[in-house]
Amino acid sequence: MSKVYYTEDHEWVRLSGDEGVVGITEYAAQALGDVVFVEPPAPGRVLAKGDEAAVVESVKAASDVYAPLSGEVVAVNQAIVDQPGLVNESPEDGGWFFTVRLSDRSQLDGLMDRAAYDAFLKTLE
Amino acid sequence: MGEADALVLGGSRLSPDLKKTPLHALHLDLGGKMVSFAGYDMPVHYKAGILAEHRHTRQAAGLFDVSHMGQVRIVGAGRVAAVEALLPGDIAALDIGRIRYSQLTNDQGGIRDDLMVTNAGDHLFLVVNAACKEADIAHLAAHLPAGVGIEILTDRALLALQGPAAAAVLARLAPDSAALAFMAMAAMAVGGIPCLVSRCGYTGEDGFEISVPADAADALARRLLAQPEVAPVGLGARDSLRLEAGLCLYGADIDQATTPVEAGLAWSISKRRRANLDFPGGPLIGRQLAAGTGRRLVGIRSLDKAPARAHTSIADSAGAPIGEVTSGGFSPTLEAPVAMGYVPPAFAAPGTPVTLLIRGVAHAAQVVALPFVPHRYHKG
Repeated sequence: MSKVYYTEDHEWVRLSGDEGVVGITEYAAQALGDVVFVEPPAPGRVLAKGDEAAVVESVKAASDVYAPLSGEVVAVNQAIVDQPGLVNESPEDGGWFFTVRLSDRSQLDGLMDRAAYDAFLKTLE
Repeated sequence: MGEADALVLGGSRLSPDLKKTPLHALHLDLGGKMVSFAGYDMPVHYKAGILAEHRHTRQAAGLFDVSHMGQVRIVGAGRVAAVEALLPGDIAALDIGRIRYSQLTNDQGGIRDDLMVTNAGDHLFLVVNAACKEADIAHLAAHLPAGVGIEILTDRALLALQGPAAAAVLARLAPDSAALAFMAMAAMAVGGIPCLVSRCGYTGEDGFEISVPADAADALARRLLAQPEVAPVGLGARDSLRLEAGLCLYGADIDQATTPVEAGLAWSISKRRRANLDFPGGPLIGRQLAAGTGRRLVGIRSLDKAPARAHTSIADSAGAPIGEVTSGGFSPTLEAPVAMGYVPPAFAAPGTPVTLLIRGVAHAAQVVALPFVPHRYHKG
């Protein structure tokens, strides 16, 4: 049973065991507009929480996806590299960016659950 | 995610300082994502998004609100000489109903703004960029001699209908539009509304710019949008379309520090004007025409998929910096990144290998001829 956590930078992390799949939320994908280019982190890279982990570019602008948690990159979604539009089509599922093996589970305490993230979104309106 | 750009996250909350065009309510009805542009609350895209709107314009017809641009009349017997004194274009040779692209220059030969000038019979009709219109009007007003006046058409909107289906669409509402040649203008009723219709645009496609009374603009726009081929298109796709077409964007590719010769716009200076050089910066531009320039605006195609945005450093194959990107982004038609930037003449030939320094990494690229996507202007 996997749980999804969220950050104020609009990343999500789906946790299974000690691995977290990371992507950007529907809100972020909508705000970004049509994604045309993705540069994920290299497999094996060790990320610290808050590091610029990936680049995602829309037609208009480049933006960064930050590492929501510290850990080693163990998988990267080649599908979004080949077809960047997948990030817009399915940001919280098929449009995932990378998987990280957590090095510090206590960092989960600093993340939001869905209800908290939704409440956070309301404050942005 | 990082807030890389004010356009991307947050949009704009209409502040009291932001101006609205006559189509503002329509933009909101259409679900436009509104942003602040040149002091106006404008749609960067609608529900379809930039890519879809761009493709629709190349495949069918896109309708753009460009009412934020300045529409100005120059009147009086000496108007042609007065305008020629401020720009290198040949206005004297412009027949009635013909349009010319030119640039207002400064004393260093740099570009104050680029614009379209139309001979409308008893006046010259100018369309200038929104961000420059206050300064352009002040500049014109300060230099017009006695007997020549300037009228600012604040009560008119400007719609652009662009794409291969634009002519068929407009012919339904304005049969006279079918006879308009490229870069020609005529007064005609469009859907019964008296308009000035110009066959020109900023996309590289066939299309029209329609100057319409402000109080009829919403109705005309809705009527055009009701045509099956037409979709609304925002400023985001306007930019990606003109970039594909290799057309300069004022404030990015051209500005007060770039001359028309450096920017590849010398074609817009006629033989007569080159001989007399009687416009601001004439002598310097004359020297550039004779001896060449230190830099040239070129097109650049990346060999990989990483877009190179404005201010990206351009380097030679050895990594030595040689110039900078002035416009860059993703081309939906080519499904690849494209960029325009200045390089020394030695690097300006199509096929020249260069590198683009993106996030500290050199990406292989090459200089290509403009436009990136062939123009499909109306012939005949």
